[in-house]
Amino acid sequence: MVASPTVRVSVGGGGLEGWTRQLLERLPAPAGALAAVQERGRAALAALPVPSSRQEDWRFTDLSLLTDLEPAPAGAVAATAGDLPPSAPGVVRLLLDGRSDPLAGVTLPPGLSALNPAELVQALGHTLAATGCEQHWPVELNHAASEQVLALRVASRHSVTLELVSTAAAGLLPLRLLLILEEKAELDLSQLVQARGAGLTSLVLEAHLARSARLHHGLVALGLPQAALLAHLALEQEPESAVTLVSATAGWGLARLEPRVRQVDGGANTTLRGLQLVDGRQIADTHSHVLFSGPEGELDQLHKAVADGAGRSVFNGAVRVPRAAQRTNAAQLSRSLLLSDRARIDTKPELEIVADDVKCAHGATVSCLQTDELFYLQSRGLAASQASDLLQRAFCEEVLRELPAAARSWGSFQAMLSAAGSGEDRP
Amino acid sequence: MIRPDAPVLLEIRDLHARVEAKAILKGVNLTIRAGEIHAVMGRNGSGKSTLSKVLAGHPSYTVTGGSVTYRGENLLELDPEIRARAGVFLGFQYPVEIPGVSNLEFLRVSTNARRVHRGEAELDTFEFEDLVRERLQVVQMDPAFLERSVNEGFSGGEKKRNEILQMALLEPLVAILDETDSGLDIDALRIVAGGVNHLATPDTATLLITHYQRLLDAITPDYVHVMAAGRILRTGGKELALELEQRGYDWVDAELAALEGADADRQPAEVA
Ligand SMILES: Nc1ncnc2c1ncn2[C@@H]1O[C@H](COP(=O)(O)OP(=O)(O)OP(=O)(O)O)[C@@H](O)[C@H]1O
Ligand SMILES: [Mg+2]
Repeated sequence: MVASPTVRVSVGGGGLEGWTRQLLERLPAPAGALAAVQERGRAALAALPVPSSRQEDWRFTDLSLLTDLEPAPAGAVAATAGDLPPSAPGVVRLLLDGRSDPLAGVTLPPGLSALNPAELVQALGHTLAATGCEQHWPVELNHAASEQVLALRVASRHSVTLELVSTAAAGLLPLRLLLILEEKAELDLSQLVQARGAGLTSLVLEAHLARSARLHHGLVALGLPQAALLAHLALEQEPESAVTLVSATAGWGLARLEPRVRQVDGGANTTLRGLQLVDGRQIADTHSHVLFSGPEGELDQLHKAVADGAGRSVFNGAVRVPRAAQRTNAAQLSRSLLLSDRARIDTKPELEIVADDVKCAHGATVSCLQTDELFYLQSRGLAASQASDLLQRAFCEEVLRELPAAARSWGSFQAMLSAAGSGEDRP
Repeated sequence: MIRPDAPVLLEIRDLHARVEAKAILKGVNLTIRAGEIHAVMGRNGSGKSTLSKVLAGHPSYTVTGGSVTYRGENLLELDPEIRARAGVFLGFQYPVEIPGVSNLEFLRVSTNARRVHRGEAELDTFEFEDLVRERLQVVQMDPAFLERSVNEGFSGGEKKRNEILQMALLEPLVAILDETDSGLDIDALRIVAGGVNHLATPDTATLLITHYQRLLDAITPDYVHVMAAGRILRTGGKELALELEQRGYDWVDAELAALEGADADRQPAEVA
C-alpha cells in the first residue's frame, strides 16, 4: 500500500465552512411539511464543525471535493429513468427529483400506502435517533435542504416490490426516505442513484421493521468523478425481522455511505453487502455501524473494495455488542483488491464487545490480482487486460449477485465494470 | 509416431531459466516433431514443471539463456496468450481455482481467442454450447461442471479432466501435460489417456510429464526423457520408462556428478 496524499486547493474562501455558509444563504425559506426539520438542520449546520481529517470518523476522507460544487439546491430537472429498461409488470418505479411529489399520478400496489402527516411527524427521525446519527453533518445537511420526503408503509403480511430512481445534475439533490414495514411485511427495494453532472446527492433513508418483517434493499450508486454522494441508511429492526442491504457504488469523486443498523431487542437478522470501486482520484468511504440492543442477534457482513488509479477506499465496520446482547452471532469480512500502487485502501473493523457469550468473527484482506490466476487465463488465450477484467468482475460479482432482481436486471453496474475494464471512463 | 521428415514443431536449445535468483533450468535441449509423443520423467524438483511454465510464458520465470523455436518463430518473444492462441497448450500440474468466473464463459472466451487467431469465426453462445457438449464426451465430464466457477471446488481428478476438456476445445499443436495423470483414479486415467490419444494426430505433438509407467501403458511415448537438475540427462525409447520403474533414480546422482565435474572443467568461472 502506498500513500497518495490528495492535495486539493479549495476555492471560494473558507473551504467547506464557507461552502456550507453559502449553501445556507441560498436555500429557500423553510416551507412545507418539512419546515421544522429544515430549520433544525440549518441551525445545526451553522453550529456544527464541518467534517475534517481531525475528526476520527473523517480521518481518511477528504470532503474538499464538495467545495468544487455549486453551493445551491439543484435546479429543476425533470425526473427521468434515463436508459433504464422498463420495470417488470406489477413493479412500481418512482422517480425522485427532490422537489415534485414522486407519488403524483402513481397507483400504489396493494399493501403499500403513503404515511399521513400525523404519522409522518411521529415517525420521521425516529430511526436516525435510534441509530445515533441524527446529528451527523451529512444528515443535518439533508435536514437543512430536503423539501420532500417519500414516506411509505408496507402493510402487515403484504409483499411489495419497488424501484426508486434519482439522477443528480449540478447543485445539491437531497433525498429523504422513510419506510415503515409492519409485522410480516416484505419489501424488495431496488434503488438507483446516478449522477449526470457536478452535483451532490444527499440521501437519508430510515426504515423501521416490525417483528418478522423483511427488507431487501439494493442500492446501486453510479457517479461521476466530479460528483459526490453522502448517504445514511438507518435501519431499526424488531426481533425476527430480516434485512439484506446490498450497496454498490462506483464512479463518484466522493462517496460516503453510512449504513446504521440497530436491532432494538436483538433476535433479528442483518445481512450487509457492500461493494465500492475507486479509480482516478476518487474516494469511496463506507462507515457501517451495527448495534445489538438485545440478545441473539445475527449479522453477516461482507464489504468489498476495488481500488485502481490513485483512488482511495475506506471501510470502517463498527459492531457494538453491549452486555444485553448475549448470544449475538456476528461475522464481518472486508476484502479489498488493490489494482494500482498509487491507490490506497484503509480498512478497519471496530468491534466493541461487552457481552461474554457471543460469536464475533472478523477479517480483512487486501490483495492484488493473483499472478497465477492471471497466468492461467492468459495461458488459455485471454489477453492480460481481458483476464484482469474477468477477475475483477468475478470479485465484484460476489456482492452484485445479491442485489434484488430489479437492480440486477438494470445491468448498469455490469456495463460500468466492463467500461472500467476497458479503460474508457478513466478520468 | 516417429517420422524423421515430419516438420519440427518445437525446438528447445540450451535453455536456461531462473526464478528469482535461483537457476532452475540449466541447459535443456529437446526437439519435438509433428506426430511425436514425448514423455519427461524425473525426480521431484528436477525442473519439469519449470520447463513447462517457461514454455507457456509464466512471468515468474526468467529465461537467462538459450532459445525456443515454435514452428520457426521465437516462442520466448510471445506473450503467454499469443502462445496459447498459436497452439501451445499447457495442462497444469495444479490447475488454478478462479471463484466467480464461470467455467462456461471462460471456455468460450478462450476457444474464441484461438479460433480468431486461426482465422475462424467466433462461436456465439449457442454454437459454443453445442461444441462444448460434444467435447465433454471426450473426457466424459458432467455438463454441470460448466455452470460452476473455473475449477472452484473441483476434486483433483475433476480439475484434470477440465484441463483435457480445454485441450479438446483449443485443439493445440503442441500439448504439454504436466502430471495430468496424478490424482486420477483408474477409470479417470483411462478416460484422460483416451482423450489424449484421441487428440493426438500426425500434425500435433504431445509432451507428457509424468512419474508413472501406468500413464505410459495407456499412451505410448515415442521418446522418454529423464530430467535431472534442470537438464535432460538421458533420452531413450519407451523401454527407458520401464527401466526407471525398476531401477529408480539412484544412477542419476553418479551421472550428474560426472556431468557437473565436466561443466566445472569447461566453465570454471560460471556463476549459478
Ligand atoms: N516460483 C518458485 N519459487 C521458488 N522456487 C521455485 C519456484 N518454482 C520452482 N521452484 C523450484 O525449482 C525447482 C524445480 O521445480 P519444478 O516445479 O520445476 O519441479 P518438478 O520437476 O516439476 O517437480 P515435481 O515432480 O515435484 O512436480 C524446485 O526446487 C522448486 O522448489
Ligand atoms: Mg512438477
